Amino acid sequence: MTSLMSAAATAVDTGDTAWMLVATALVMFMTIGLGIFYAGLVRAKNSLNTFMMCIAALAVATIMWALVGYSLAFDGDAKILGGLGHAFLSGVGFEPRDGTTIPHLVFFAFQGTFCIITTALVSGAVVERMRFGPFLIFAALWSVLVYAVLAHWAFGGGWLAQQGTLDFAGGVPVEMGSGFAALAAALVVGARKDYGRQALLPHNAVYCLLGAGMLWFGWFGFNGGSGFNTGNASVLAFTNTLLTPACTLLTWFIIDLLRNRQITAIGAATAIIVGCVGITPAGGFVSPIWAMVLGVIVALPCYFVVAWRPRTRVDETLDVLAAHGVAGLTGIVFIGFFAQKGWNGVADGLFYGDAGQLGSQLVAALAAPVYAFGMTYVLLRVLGALMPLRGTDKEEAIGMDIIHHGEEAYVTGEGAILVISEPSHDERKPVKQPA
Amino acid sequence: MKLVIGIVRPDKANDVLEALYRAEVRGFSMSRVQGHGGELDRVETYRGMRVKMGLSEKVRFEIAVSDEFVQPTIDALCSGGQTDEVGDGKIFVVPLERVVRIRTGEKDDLAVTPVSA
Repeated sequence: MTSLMSAAATAVDTGDTAWMLVATALVMFMTIGLGIFYAGLVRAKNSLNTFMMCIAALAVATIMWALVGYSLAFDGDAKILGGLGHAFLSGVGFEPRDGTTIPHLVFFAFQGTFCIITTALVSGAVVERMRFGPFLIFAALWSVLVYAVLAHWAFGGGWLAQQGTLDFAGGVPVEMGSGFAALAAALVVGARKDYGRQALLPHNAVYCLLGAGMLWFGWFGFNGGSGFNTGNASVLAFTNTLLTPACTLLTWFIIDLLRNRQITAIGAATAIIVGCVGITPAGGFVSPIWAMVLGVIVALPCYFVVAWRPRTRVDETLDVLAAHGVAGLTGIVFIGFFAQKGWNGVADGLFYGDAGQLGSQLVAALAAPVYAFGMTYVLLRVLGALMPLRGTDKEEAIGMDIIHHGEEAYVTGEGAILVISEPSHDERKPVKQPA
Repeated sequence: MKLVIGIVRPDKANDVLEALYRAEVRGFSMSRVQGHGGELDRVETYRGMRVKMGLSEKVRFEIAVSDEFVQPTIDALCSGGQTDEVGDGKIFVVPLERVVRIRTGEKDDLAVTPVSA
């Protein structure tokens, strides 16, 4: 990513800044889309809690990002970890961020929205059983210990970027980071009590399609903004974000037809996400035609993992590993084969004569999963030793919404009685009327 | 012939289904109902407004059975629905005057015996 930017740029460009302000808002909106997508995939009694985990990421990941996460990811180009020079947003102001033509503050906010959605993604592995309090602590720590570190490796000039790994919009920190962390989280927290014994079905497939559509919409900012300007690479990534998921969708339709003789809606929602994830790392590096080929290819391993995972004992509930980990890995490796200097101006893949690029991509495809899995596993084991990560079977049967939030998603209100117990409610003070 | 009406917790409905299946009781209907027994009221909060949920969600099974199936059906409802806490529900057994299977016009015991296959 850094190599795409001209080092000489020192002034803020208004056009670039305008686009990046919009792109930042688009990526923030993705977390809401993810919340709706996830809420549709769980049972009605857990749908609020599932949505709230995404909302929680908007709170804790944003704060941690401002306090230390951003600095550890983007201060300096040490191999493993950034410095603390930008902790508490020190030195983050209106002057352009090094190597870009946008204000440092916009760069910080844009990268922050990535940290938020990645943290929210991991919740998909533990929904319907993990307690809300421990999840808040987990999300806060994960956004620093896993996301910020991987972001430094791939985006902030860390060792992956130094050894030549190309990752346009986050195949390493966002997709492989969340996917393989989700696997570790599912293993530590354990399966839901009825997993493998009862069919635990999505309660609203329309929410799934709506959420997936919102994610695709936001992804134009996610990929299109990852060049930090309105240059060729951004335009290429933007258009590829339209092409790849379309091809993944059609491929998914065909596999669905061959396996079940019917094209499913939740399959389609999954395909949209798989396609968007696949093009995330490759967006600004491959030609539009190769992006369409990637859309077809990425569907195959992901469909296989989605179909195979429920037959195992691993209750990685919402298939973050398949839709993000595997798809992100496919995209990262795809760059090694089909990157094209004629389109990206940076590097060729194996197919265009540079086998070394494939090597750089494979290093990332190995290192990111190992770190994300290992660190998440240790983090949750330590948290689990300090506090129970999940409630009792009885609480799980009643549902997370009532147990943790005291609210229901589909409340009827019949027979509900207003409780006037607090003194503040008893004292009916006259309200001052506007003149 | 009796009509066995069982009102159970929604989160135990799957256990009841499993118990009924094991008892070879295959014909029944099931509906979501709201009601109130002796259980404690659940307090929820909406925008700072505290609300006592007077009615709780239950699932109502209606099972028409021939006389020799009455006890197995009751046992299945009890074993599947029990948590030992207030709010597990009730079973009502009422006599049935006539049963007719609409498709064939079969009556009474023949009509409450589910066709296999």
